Amino acid sequence: MKSTEQLAVTKNISGNGNGFDPEVIRRDFPIFKRKINGRRLIYLDSAATTQKPNAVIDVIDRYYKFQNANVHRGLHTLAEEATTAFEATRDKVAKFIGGVKREEIIYTRNATEAINLVAQSWGQANIKKGDRIVITQMEHHANLVPWIVLSRKTGAELVYIPITPDGFLDLKDIGKIISANTKMVALTQMSNVLGTINPVEDIIDLAHKRGAVTLVDGAQSVPHLPIDVRAMDADFLAFSAHKMLGPTGLGFLYGKEEILNNMEPVVFGGEMISEVKFDYADWNALPYKFEAGTPHIAGAIAFGSALDYLNALGMENIRNHEKGLIAYALEKMKELDFIKIYGPLDSERRGGGVSFNDKDIHPHDLATFLDMMGIAVRAGHHCAQPLTRLFGVNATTRASFYIYNTINDIDALITGLKEARRYFKYE
Amino acid sequence: MSEPLDDLYRDILMEHFRYPRGRNKLEHVHLHNEGQNPVCGDEIEIALELEGEKVKDIYVSCMGCAISVASGSMLAEIIKGKSLEEVKKIAEVIKSMLKGKESRNELELGDLEALKGVRKFPVRIKCALLSWTTLIDAILAKEASKKAQISSSE
Repeated sequence: MKSTEQLAVTKNISGNGNGFDPEVIRRDFPIFKRKINGRRLIYLDSAATTQKPNAVIDVIDRYYKFQNANVHRGLHTLAEEATTAFEATRDKVAKFIGGVKREEIIYTRNATEAINLVAQSWGQANIKKGDRIVITQMEHHANLVPWIVLSRKTGAELVYIPITPDGFLDLKDIGKIISANTKMVALTQMSNVLGTINPVEDIIDLAHKRGAVTLVDGAQSVPHLPIDVRAMDADFLAFSAHKMLGPTGLGFLYGKEEILNNMEPVVFGGEMISEVKFDYADWNALPYKFEAGTPHIAGAIAFGSALDYLNALGMENIRNHEKGLIAYALEKMKELDFIKIYGPLDSERRGGGVSFNDKDIHPHDLATFLDMMGIAVRAGHHCAQPLTRLFGVNATTRASFYIYNTINDIDALITGLKEARRYFKYE
Repeated sequence: MSEPLDDLYRDILMEHFRYPRGRNKLEHVHLHNEGQNPVCGDEIEIALELEGEKVKDIYVSCMGCAISVASGSMLAEIIKGKSLEEVKKIAEVIKSMLKGKESRNELELGDLEALKGVRKFPVRIKCALLSWTTLIDAILAKEASKKAQISSSE
């Protein structure tokens, strides 16, 4: 289901030396035709959700117009087509994260639901008083609250890997933190606030040596980095479609087959059963036993198209493009003496967005001011309240990037930051 | 910049933000509460010294944006000398003003009129209301505990 827009991008890549032209890519995203407060939209909030290309939007439209049917149930033509397209995305996802089995890919609503599924199913069955759960101080609430709740319910202790002032995991005492009684180590691969890319392979390796199971929150990393979950050796990987060109309301849990096989479902109903009697029910095979109820079919099919789009660009190319943007943004921001940057300053060891604060202007006021210039940034605690507090603030401003962002966007942000100083009369 | 922005950050509002009122700690605290804006994590602390049912003095400390700090400062200014009943009324008027409802209002709002510009920025209404909801929650909690005391002594 390649749209003409998508082909244009593919052509551009093959025809262009380094193969990546965000100006061409932007043309695939209809939202960039929109004016915000009379200005050209400069979208710097992709870490919250990315914009969607025509290739994705058109598939949703086409599905409801010509393909709409429920999956796995009907025997008619439409049902079969919908099922085939829905299952094709599962295969694409399995391939995208490094070539895992299709049974190991479970559709969820988002990364948050994927992590909750593990905490509730695997966690409740395997964690007890006296055990330890290890997470880090830079987790998003999605990979924090489920473990707080699990430790409260089970009596297991929750221990945090601390972070250094420059925004890296402090691995000095990691050998002690991941102790012999540690049952679960759950961490983000890329911080949504600091952009830090964590050495997940090393931590997973240590966790496995201690007999712990590992979960990687890939909500920020999977959209931006080439991922090989098998090389990483994570037992679970959670991520969301909407942060990588796909629709909202769709996410994924990857889990190793042997672990998933031993887990009980947490949502019950249609699709997840193999046999039901009035007093009995047996679970369906993987992956269906975790997929009760009608899923986001249109979204899943459209996400297949999003993955085609990302594959056509190449995840290596995407990473290099973003590394360039981040390096440029950091360099320009460092020149502004009124801006404090949070997180690593080395673009090799970070991705995502840049969190910062003006020393005088509150992030809310700054975000409102920038919005009037058509610049969309995020202001707040970014669902990582303990982390932002660790840096002694309640909120930060975050500018985050994706495939359609350009150096011009960053220049506009820098101009905006300077103009805000003048507007609020600090200069 | 633009007109709605100037309407949001009116001079009076920015003056309150730069020189917030009610920053002196109180000797006698009769009513105290802390509030938080869950959207951004901004924090506020409010304390009242009462004389009977009237506000004798007030302490407001707000870690937040220009809108929330200025709104807290205006609150400190306007409620001094008012009864708790009057304070509740003012809070209601401000709530409906921010939500765009024109209410028949006989109250003299003074500087608080400057908050009208927030209406065009729905995401910022929470900022403007943070100090008011924190204060009203404290008043309501006090009233509830009083009622409970009365009913338990009956």
